[in-house]
Amino acid sequence: MEVSGRDHQTRHHTLTMRLFDFNGGVKPDYQKEASTQTPIAVSPTPTFLVIPLHQSIGGTPRPLVSVDDRVLKGQRIGAADASISGDLSSAVHASTSGHVVAVEMRLMPHPSGLSALCVVIAPDGRDEWIERKPFDYRYHTRDETRDYLRDAGVVGLGGAVFPTHLKISSGKEDRLDTLIINGAECEPYITCDDALMKERADAIIQGVAILHDLLAAGQVLIGIEDNKPEAIAAMQAAVRARNPSDMEVIAVPTRYPAGGAKQLIRVLTGIEVPHGKRSTDYGVQCFNVGTAYAIHEAINLGQPLISRIVTVAGNVTTPRNYEVLVGTPMKTLLAQSQRLPDTDCLIMGGPMMGVALPSDEVPVVKATNCILAGSKKLFPPPPPEMPCIRCGECATVCPADLQPFELYWFSRAKIFGKAQEYHLFDCIECGCCSYVCPSHIPLVDYYRFAKSEIWAHESEKESADKARDHYEFRQLREERETQERSARLAAKAATSRTAAMAVPETPATENIPVSATGSATPAALIAAALERARAQQVHPKNTTDLTPAQQAEIAAIEARRTEIRTQAHPHLPLDD
Amino acid sequence: MLAALLVMALGAVILGAALGYAAVRFRVEGDPLTEKIDAILPQTQCGQCGFPGCKPYATAIAKGEADINQCPPGGDEGIRKLADLLGREYKPLSAEHGVEKPKALAVIDEQRCIGCTLCIQACPVDAIVGAAKQMHTVVAVQCTGCELCVPVCPVDCIAMEPIAENITTWKWKYPVVTIKPVTTH
Repeated sequence: MEVSGRDHQTRHHTLTMRLFDFNGGVKPDYQKEASTQTPIAVSPTPTFLVIPLHQSIGGTPRPLVSVDDRVLKGQRIGAADASISGDLSSAVHASTSGHVVAVEMRLMPHPSGLSALCVVIAPDGRDEWIERKPFDYRYHTRDETRDYLRDAGVVGLGGAVFPTHLKISSGKEDRLDTLIINGAECEPYITCDDALMKERADAIIQGVAILHDLLAAGQVLIGIEDNKPEAIAAMQAAVRARNPSDMEVIAVPTRYPAGGAKQLIRVLTGIEVPHGKRSTDYGVQCFNVGTAYAIHEAINLGQPLISRIVTVAGNVTTPRNYEVLVGTPMKTLLAQSQRLPDTDCLIMGGPMMGVALPSDEVPVVKATNCILAGSKKLFPPPPPEMPCIRCGECATVCPADLQPFELYWFSRAKIFGKAQEYHLFDCIECGCCSYVCPSHIPLVDYYRFAKSEIWAHESEKESADKARDHYEFRQLREERETQERSARLAAKAATSRTAAMAVPETPATENIPVSATGSATPAALIAAALERARAQQVHPKNTTDLTPAQQAEIAAIEARRTEIRTQAHPHLPLDD
Repeated sequence: MLAALLVMALGAVILGAALGYAAVRFRVEGDPLTEKIDAILPQTQCGQCGFPGCKPYATAIAKGEADINQCPPGGDEGIRKLADLLGREYKPLSAEHGVEKPKALAVIDEQRCIGCTLCIQACPVDAIVGAAKQMHTVVAVQCTGCELCVPVCPVDCIAMEPIAENITTWKWKYPVVTIKPVTTH
């Protein structure tokens, strides 16, 4: 496929390189110009930074600070807890220096409107860094590099926030054929990667060079949609300046969702990753440009991931890109861009895949690529949902080659097993199907519902299986204990029996009748036991060996007692 | 005539040997139906069904000695799955065995616990740790919410707390808005 490039270099590359195509996709109104007119602005430090501990896939990191602690910029405040989530989590850091005001539950930028554990920091305005030391990965083992990236909090900034260290395999050396750097940024309104590539291309390329080295990749392909000519030019200049022969910037045709990992891999290499396989099985690995930049900052500058570029767009007076400290409340940014008064909703992400936010108080997190203010005029409420007319339009546009209408029916009918058979989990929730649906069915909502139900079922099943194991083990243990107890009792009875048999000189056991088998009969055993008990009976010691004086005293007392008794109850006979 | 008889006899011997071998080689351990029923039951081990655990209840259902609507923790969904598996008619949860409740977790008030170990003995899944005259506590991830520890506690220090939804367990809501008739007073 031929793609027109702006300068000669682009044309040269794209002409020598054959591009492929993915099925489906849509061409929505891109709306990217407004926020790309001005360079990246640095957002002001807010009064309070609210830094959620859980910002990546994996378990919640364990907080390392407590209230009133002083923290420095870049200090680790949450460590990936290996005991809970294994290796599958990433650290979080203080975005500026200051004091910890609270470690508490705060509202999260999540469609649920639920809270999660956050560290609240009151900045002191000094912006004091921790000691920053570059990390020379060439003198460290791969495992050390992985741990360093995990502790620097580097995660995928394309939106999925998958911890980057997990993409670098720990044991053997990777042998990648193709490393793909994703600068496609296909969703409407979002321009954060575009701005980063235009202004910081060299830093991105330095990060790409690190990845190239770490993963021992054969070739590096940097895919950028052809609606970003300035970014393509800047990246090509940066690549030329470093002059690597195996790194290429490639303009890919603008079509949503060209920035999906599987779609970009298909466009650039022609490899179609099938269901249940990973791209690494085919020697391809994909990283976002923002992630490459974060890797450069972490490894070459020793700075953990504490800020990112965020696009503020939609119903605002001055849409633009900001470099934002993680934890900045979104209303600070919206105030900078002057949110219009008729704003009635906030979306994190773009209009196709973004999620509605519960409030403007929620903080910017590592996953926030765009904050979109919406109004009735900008995003009119969807027309009422109509029945599916089976037109098949959704299947035509599905970039994952699924049958969205089948998935819709099964999800709606809650037949989740069937939905999984139709590869529900291959759905990337790009929203193309909902975009084209003539019946205005919010298809992605159904898929999200079905996916979360299936996950809940699976975790329930897992805990039920564990409970069954515990229960069965307990049954086994109780049975064993009963057996042991009865064995112990039997042994004890046997020893007492042989002991009783072994002492025939005791007067009580002299005349025990012995049964034919040689053991004592039960009646004889009982008699012997009674005899033993009688022999053991304690006699009061103060009634023996009495002096005549004591005996006389006792007799006198007894006489008095008899007299008193006869006086008290004259009609009663004497009882003794 | 003789040849035919011999052929038939030989066939019988060969087939018999094959069947005998298959019976030994491919023997099915346990009752697969009980296993299938047990997989549907929630493994709370609460005994509300009248059997001392989920496995005994599953065995009873498989033998036809118990009905499918005696498991309150499994709820409506569990009954539907059992009805599906066994090809029986769905019937609502039997009231005498209890009501369906949201999943809860036992929590011991550690200030009031006297260390009597009665709850440890009652717990069917060993989810309570402690020793005589030492404080006990519930291992939250192992607790099935069966409530068996609640009545045995002599100082009433165990409470059932419903599990709150958090970001990781939150589920997307069913997008279909059901239309309900308006009741006028």
